Amino acid sequence: MLTYIIRRLLLAIPTLLLISLVIFFLVDLAPGSPASEIPLTVPAEVRAKILESMGVNDPVYVRYLLWLKQFVWVEPMNLIDHWFGTTFAEGQQRIISYQTRGPVFDIIVQRIPQTMTVIGTAYIVGVLIAIPIGIYSAYRQYSWFDQAGTFVAMVGFSVPTFFTGVLLIVIFAVKLQWFPSIYDTTLKITDWASFMKQVKQMVMPVTVLALFNAATLSRYMRSSMLENLGQDYVRTARAKGMSERTVVLKHVLRNSLIPVVTVIALGIPSIFGGAIITEQVFKVNGLGAALIGAIHANDLPTVQTLAFIFAVLIVTFNLIADVLYGLLDPRIRYA
Amino acid sequence: MKLRSALLGAAAFTALASAAWAERGADGHVNVLYWQAPSILNPYLSSGTKDVEASSLILEGMAGFNEKGEVFPRLAESVPTVDNGGVSADLTQITWKLKPGLLWSDGTPVTSADAAFTYEYCKHPEGGCAQAARFEGIKSIETPDDLTVVITFDGPKPNPYQAFVGGTSPIIQKAQFANCLGAAASTCTDQNFGPIGTGPFRVTEFKTNDTVSLEANPNYRDAAKPAFATMTIKGGGDAEAAARAVMETGEFDYAWNTQINPDMQAQMIAAGKGTLLNGFGTLVERIEMNMTDPSPDLPEGERSTTKHPHPFLTDIRVRKALSMAIDRQVLVDVGYGNAGRPTCNLVPAPELYASDNTECLTQDMEGAKALLDEAGWTDSDGDGIRDKDGKKLSILYQTSTNPVRQDFQALIKGWWNEVGVEVELKNIDASVYFGGDAGSPDTFQKFYADVEMYANNFDGTDPEPYLAQYLCDKIPGPDNQWQGENINRFCDPAYDALVKELATTADMAKRGEIAKKLNDMLTKDSYTVVALVDRGRLSAASNTLGGVVLNTWDTELWNAQDWFRVK
Repeated sequence: MLTYIIRRLLLAIPTLLLISLVIFFLVDLAPGSPASEIPLTVPAEVRAKILESMGVNDPVYVRYLLWLKQFVWVEPMNLIDHWFGTTFAEGQQRIISYQTRGPVFDIIVQRIPQTMTVIGTAYIVGVLIAIPIGIYSAYRQYSWFDQAGTFVAMVGFSVPTFFTGVLLIVIFAVKLQWFPSIYDTTLKITDWASFMKQVKQMVMPVTVLALFNAATLSRYMRSSMLENLGQDYVRTARAKGMSERTVVLKHVLRNSLIPVVTVIALGIPSIFGGAIITEQVFKVNGLGAALIGAIHANDLPTVQTLAFIFAVLIVTFNLIADVLYGLLDPRIRYA
Repeated sequence: MKLRSALLGAAAFTALASAAWAERGADGHVNVLYWQAPSILNPYLSSGTKDVEASSLILEGMAGFNEKGEVFPRLAESVPTVDNGGVSADLTQITWKLKPGLLWSDGTPVTSADAAFTYEYCKHPEGGCAQAARFEGIKSIETPDDLTVVITFDGPKPNPYQAFVGGTSPIIQKAQFANCLGAAASTCTDQNFGPIGTGPFRVTEFKTNDTVSLEANPNYRDAAKPAFATMTIKGGGDAEAAARAVMETGEFDYAWNTQINPDMQAQMIAAGKGTLLNGFGTLVERIEMNMTDPSPDLPEGERSTTKHPHPFLTDIRVRKALSMAIDRQVLVDVGYGNAGRPTCNLVPAPELYASDNTECLTQDMEGAKALLDEAGWTDSDGDGIRDKDGKKLSILYQTSTNPVRQDFQALIKGWWNEVGVEVELKNIDASVYFGGDAGSPDTFQKFYADVEMYANNFDGTDPEPYLAQYLCDKIPGPDNQWQGENINRFCDPAYDALVKELATTADMAKRGEIAKKLNDMLTKDSYTVVALVDRGRLSAASNTLGGVVLNTWDTELWNAQDWFRVK
C-alpha cells in the first residue's frame, strides 16, 4: 500500500508539471489583455508604463519559469515563514495579481473560509439528502417515492443554478424578505444573534447548491443499491432469516457505498473550485467569484494560479479516492 | 411631580437638540454596493473607477470637483486662481496653501512634503503610475514651507487643476509610502490596501475584490462629520442585483453604476424603496468613421493606414447620410432610458465647451437617400443595395460584445439597409477590442472595419487633451505599434493649428469658443465622429439615505462626509 502511494505521488510530479505548462500557456495565449481594464482616458504612454510595471512584456517562457518557481518555492516558503516566523522567503517576489497588485495567495487565503462554509455545507447537505433518497428509491423501485425522487433529481440536475438562485432571491429576499440576497463576508460569529444571521444568509445559496449536488449523488446511490440488491449474497442473507433492516442497511448499503464514496471524494475538489455561478448570484465572493473576476479582468497570474491549484487538488483527491477504495473494499489490494 | 416632568422635558429637549446638531458617527452604519468590487485602495496603481472611487473616501487632494464641475478646496485653504495670485500671470506656476492643522488619520501632521512625495511617487519611471497624466507637464514641485506647495510647469498651463485635484490624484502620506517607490510599488500590499489618509473615513479591513470596511476618521478636519460611524463597501454580482438590493430589498443604502434597461428601471422605482439618481458627464457613445481603407485585400501593415484612403467614407456626403439615417431617440429609449440622452456632440459638457449642435437629432431618411443619390451611389442593378462604378456600398460595422451595443447595431443596420447600404455586423469581446494588443487584428485602434462603435469621455472638466487626440500625428499605425488615439485617421491641418491655439489660450470664454469649434469640425462639419448617445451615470440611493449628490465630474462618493440617515 505504502509503495503504491509513493509510486503514485512520484508519478503525479510529471503529470502536474505538464498540467502547469498547459494551463499557463493556454491562459497566456488566449486573446485579451489586461490593458482592456485601463480606461480609455489614460494616455497610451501611461498605459504602456503600467503594463511594463506588471511584467506583461517579458517573454512567455521567462514568465512561466518565474511563476513556477514562485508557486513551488517562494509561496510554500512564505507559508512556512508565516507559521514559524522564519525569514526564508524574505525579499523574494511572490505571485502578484494584475488586478489588486497584491499576492494571489493572500486573496486565496482570504477567500477559502466563505467558500468552505457555503460550498462545503452545501456539499455535506447534498450528500446527507442524496444517500437516504438513493437507498429508499432503490429499495422501493418504481414506487411513487422513487418516481418523485427521479423527478426531483431531474429538476435539480437540469435547471441551472443561476435560475434557481435568482428565483429564490425574488421569492425569499424581495417578496417575503426572509433572507438577505447579499452574503456578508465580514460577519463574525460571536453570539447567537450573529450565528442566526450567518445561518440566514447561508440558507439560499446552500439550498440551491445542495439540490444540485443531491440530484447527481442520489442517482449514483440508487443505481449502486439496485445492482447489489439483486446479488446472490442478498438472497442468502434473506434466506438465513435476517431482518430486512439488517439486509438493506448492513449488507447492501455497505457494498453499495464503495463506488459512491469514490464519487464523493472525487467531487471534493469542486468545493474548492467554488461554485462560480452560485457565488456570483449570492455575492458570496469565494474562490469561484475570484476566478471569474480574474478571467474578466485578464488577471493572468490569478487565473493561472487558481487553475493550477484546482489541478493539484484533483490529482490529490484522485489518489485519495483510489486509496479509499482499497481500504473499503477488501477485494482490492494494491501492490 | 411637576419638577420631575420639567426636568424630563429639559432632558428630552437636550437630546433632541444634540440630534439636530450633527455629530460624528451619530448615524451608525451605511452600506454601499459596488458590483465591481474595489481591488486596491491606491488610485496611483489602478485607474479603474471602482478603485479610484473607493479610495476617495480615504485619500483626498488639495481640491475636488463639485457636481457642477467647479473646483472647490479640500485640503487647500482656497482654490488658487490668477485673480487671487495663486496662479502666476504667465500661467506657468500654481501655489497651493494647505489648511493649517490638518492631520492624517494616524494623527501625524499633513505637510507640503507629502504632496511633493506624491509627485515623486507617481513620476517614478518604474512605478507604472496609472495617473501619470495628471502630473504631465510639471517641471518641478517646491515646498518653501510646511504648508506651501509650488508647482512649476514646463510652459503656460491654462488648466492648472490637474495634479492634486479630484479623486484621481490625491495626496498620499510620505511616511507610509516612502519605501514603495518605483518597482517596489506593488510589493507594498499593506500600504496599497490600507492607505493612511485625510478623508472622512479610514480602512479597518480590506478584503480585495470583496469588501471594504471603514470607520469614521477620528482626525477628520470637520469635527461634526461624517455622520456615519462605519461604512461597508461590498462588491460582487451585477448591476441588476445591485439595483435590486437598494430599490427592492432595501439591504443597501447606495449602489454604484446600476445601469439597467429602461423597463427594469421603471419596475424598481415602483417598489418605492429608493430613487435612481442620474447625472450627465462627458461619456458619449459614438460611431467612428474610418478614413482609411480596411480592405482585407491590402497587404498586412497597410490595411487601415493613411497609405490607402477609404474608397467611399472619405466622401462627406456618405458620412452625413449615414448619420442622418439614425434615430438617436429610439436608441436612447431602447438602451438607456433616463440614463441617456441623444447628442450630436463629441464634447457634450461642461456647458462652456458644449456646442449647440442639434441638427442630427431628427432622423431624415429621405434626405439621406437624396444625399447618397447626389454622391453618385444609386441602386443600378435593383438588388436594394446602392452601387457606384461596380462597387457596392457595403459596410463592416464593429463594436464590443455587450447587449446594448448589439441592440444598437441591429437598429442602425436596419436604418442603413433602408437607405440602401449593406451592413455586416461584427462584435468582439471587450477584453480583445479594448486590449490594445498590436498583434491582434480586432482592437479598436487597428480598426479593420469601416465604422466602429464605442464610448469615450475625458477626465475632469477640461476637454483639451481629449480634442488633441485627433491630431494628425496621433494616427495609429504599424510604425507606432498601433498606439495612438486618432482612431478615425482624421487629419486636418486647420484642426491641428486650432488645437495648438487652444493650448496657449488662458481666457475661459475663448477656450470654450475654440473647443466648440473643434467639436464641430469633428462632428457636424465633417461627420468623422457620429455621436449617438450622451450616456449618464445611473446609481441607486435608498430613501433613508440623505445628502447624496451625484457628481459626474469627480468620484460618486465625493461628499460621503455629508451623507446622513433620514429619520
